[in-house]
Amino acid sequence: MNLTILYFASLRESLGMAKEAVVLPADVASVGALRVHLSARGETWQRLAPGNNVRAAVNQHMAADEQVLAANDEVAFFPPVTGG
Amino acid sequence: MEVRVQEADFDVGVETRALSAGRTDIGAVSTFLGLVRGASDGVQCMTLEHYPGMTEQSLAEIVAEAKQRWSLLAVRVIHRVGPLQPGAQIVFVGVASAHRGEAIAACEFIMDFLKTRAPFWKKEQTPEGSRWVDARDTDDTAAARWLDVESRR
Repeated sequence: MNLTILYFASLRESLGMAKEAVVLPADVASVGALRVHLSARGETWQRLAPGNNVRAAVNQHMAADEQVLAANDEVAFFPPVTGG
Repeated sequence: MEVRVQEADFDVGVETRALSAGRTDIGAVSTFLGLVRGASDGVQCMTLEHYPGMTEQSLAEIVAEAKQRWSLLAVRVIHRVGPLQPGAQIVFVGVASAHRGEAIAACEFIMDFLKTRAPFWKKEQTPEGSRWVDARDTDDTAAARWLDVESRR
């Protein structure tokens, strides 16, 4: 499954990446599974692991870990928001 | 436009008057203006990052939810992005309704949800370097209390 992933704010800086295209194995089919998949890349990616206070959005809507992913989804990860 | 995300500054008078221009059914306009806090916190400059697309959409959804809860006649939300100096205007919320109660409540509701749901992030430049602003638990508490509030329509 092909996905686009975006990273914002402090997460973008610590990962050194704003956007990437990924091809996921078939068993990575939810936001939570994607978190586990990405956090296995190494130490700086640990922040994405479930429960670490990094928010997720799928196709520009806030998404819980249970949300199922579909091909060509735009997934974003970011810290809690601080606007206003 | 009801919702605008822009680098440019805005004129509070113009935006406030636009809410009721040419109408006679509006009896109340409530507004909120947010400014960049500076000197006392050692902030020299602030940069606002956002998620283009999702930002506008989430603000539109917050406005739509406010309109479901209260009988509103006009709404305008403006949020600036990019580099901002202390004292600069950063966010404007204006709400018009027939009576004050709805306008005041909806204005506060929109700000509380904007603070916790709209994808903006603040980075402060200080003499010691730059730092990302941490989210505050009090903002979550402020938004959560609306979940229990029965709106008066």
